[in-house]
Amino acid sequence: MTDQTSTRDSRDPAELEKFRRMADEWWDPTGKFKPLHRLNPVRLEYIRDHACEHFGRDKHSTRPLEGLSLVDVGCGGGLLCEPMARLGAKVTGIDAVAQNIEIASLHAAESGLDIDYRATTAEDVLAAGEQFDIVLSMEVVEHVADPGAFLGDCAGLVAPGGLTFAATLNRTPKAFALAIVGAEYVMRWLPRGTHNWRKFIKPSELVNGLEAGGIEMLELTGVVFNPLTGNWSRNRSDMDVNYMGVGCRHA
Amino acid sequence: MILVPRLDFAAMAGQVSRMSATQTVEAIIVGAGMAGLTLAHALASAGIEVAVVDRTDPSSFIDPAFDGRTTAIATGSANVLDGIGLWPDLAPKSCPIDTIRVSDGDALMFLHFDHHEVGDDPLGYILENRDIRGPLLAAAAASPHIALFAPATIESVKRGSGGVSIRLDDDREVRARVIFACDGRGSSMRREARIPVTEWRYNQSSFVCTIAHERPHQNIAHERFLPGGPFAILPLRDLETPIRSASGELRHAASIVWSEANDLVPAIRTFDDDAFTAELAQRVGGFLGEIALASPRWVHPLGLSHAARYTDQRLALVGDAAHGIHPIAGQGLNMGIRDVAALAEVVVDARRLGRDIGDPDILADYERWRRFDNMLLAVVTDNLLRLFSNDIAPLRATRDLGLGIVNAIPAARRFSMRHAMGVVGDLPRLVRGEAL
Repeated sequence: MTDQTSTRDSRDPAELEKFRRMADEWWDPTGKFKPLHRLNPVRLEYIRDHACEHFGRDKHSTRPLEGLSLVDVGCGGGLLCEPMARLGAKVTGIDAVAQNIEIASLHAAESGLDIDYRATTAEDVLAAGEQFDIVLSMEVVEHVADPGAFLGDCAGLVAPGGLTFAATLNRTPKAFALAIVGAEYVMRWLPRGTHNWRKFIKPSELVNGLEAGGIEMLELTGVVFNPLTGNWSRNRSDMDVNYMGVGCRHA
Repeated sequence: MILVPRLDFAAMAGQVSRMSATQTVEAIIVGAGMAGLTLAHALASAGIEVAVVDRTDPSSFIDPAFDGRTTAIATGSANVLDGIGLWPDLAPKSCPIDTIRVSDGDALMFLHFDHHEVGDDPLGYILENRDIRGPLLAAAAASPHIALFAPATIESVKRGSGGVSIRLDDDREVRARVIFACDGRGSSMRREARIPVTEWRYNQSSFVCTIAHERPHQNIAHERFLPGGPFAILPLRDLETPIRSASGELRHAASIVWSEANDLVPAIRTFDDDAFTAELAQRVGGFLGEIALASPRWVHPLGLSHAARYTDQRLALVGDAAHGIHPIAGQGLNMGIRDVAALAEVVVDARRLGRDIGDPDILADYERWRRFDNMLLAVVTDNLLRLFSNDIAPLRATRDLGLGIVNAIPAARRFSMRHAMGVVGDLPRLVRGEAL
């Protein structure tokens, strides 16, 4: 497996192997990726609302993203790609784990959705000169080999006038307690070893990484879990564990 | 760099579909009754493509001989119909209920609900079922988002993790993300999903008919708790063609729902129209003047049913498919319309995020929202019926006092009225009169 188009390689072999073993569970809402299924509505609403505002679309229509190109970097089984395609976006999903791409392709066909899935990396797509109106890297940057370079590549994929969304976990003691001890060991929401706390990203690192690539950050918000209702919601004043943000490249 | 050959699944699916007539929508609604059509319109109003399938020929729905029943539309339900743009089509045929009088047999005490105590809106409206179905069907036929398959029989149903499909008797196939079962009390979709139902029959049946009468009803609905069962007089709009009688022309009209103990029902069924009318006149009393039958008579056995759960894989039960209650409180369709408003809200919100509308989390939200509320109403109705359908003296005295007390306390009366209007509880946006 040699990389012919890019000199860098964002792939972390140990991280890839972890996800390879979990690939066929992506679409089981009660399985290993249940937390992502529960988190999805909050992420989708965030992306939809900001994209509709930025591109002047009606968020109450069924296809508000019609005609916009979108790439989901580290798309996994396609949990974000499919909703984005339903909202009308022309979606490309890329993932370094080939099994994920197979699962995602099969599922999209079953759902009757047309999505361009590729087993590749952000740096290779960038090297090929492609750009997109919307670039997503949700819950990915904490799994790559070199977060700074990865964020720079994601920034480079954003077309002039476009938006980028990123979500990740903060490197705080609270995140260690909740995302690793809580989610993996106590609640067993995630397989042990899903996350490595040392790879978590501080908000300043996320912002610097994207801004170095020419992105202006517009907003950051925390995403918090309410154990009473079992739901996730946005909370701007608590970015201690999960958080996400949106930035734009000026036209 | 490994490149995985991309199989063109979309093209493969296309080849399969060319072999027979296949249509793909987002939701399949089984049953073109009032709940099914209202749901279809609610989803279509948000741009969601739906197919409505019913085995009955739509033209028979509006035949007066098919269904002579009337429906009470509570204010909350009228809000829902208004929110999806249907109320202007129904309003001209509706009769407002300004006052409800509830009385216990011949007792002097009775409960009096006047809409002026809770605002300017009437407490509800009475419509003939055909005057609801006709406009809903016409609007469905005109909607670009609703495909009507009727008459059509469903030969087979497939529900899987990836989607649903139904095959019709003429070999057409419809595919979707989810099936909404609005196919009534004997729901075949519910049976197919093996969802158990708690069900019992009351020892009562209801005679239903329309009467013409001499004096105006002044938009007052009457509910009388007689020993054999509740007897309701519901105000209708004046007849277009008055009925000739001894005292001249009878122009005013009301719908009668007469519930009677089952041991008397076979005898009453054999009555000719004159004898039946004489029995009615005795129960109505003299305040409407002369009365005459203005429709055929129907008789329906009464029962209560509630599904053990409202959902299954890519399936949700709506309206009578999920629950049926005694018509004592006039809440049957209104419960169904509230189901529709809640389901439409969770589905439309999810679809606007691009989510798969057959996702189990979404269907579970609907069930959580509606099942408890419906069960509560079923239990309250059941107890009300058991309390009133007898002639035991101490019970009578107690309930007469109860009615008197509710009547004497304005707050209790206003609460009861708001409940009858369907505007209490954690309400869907449509019921609150807001947009979807």
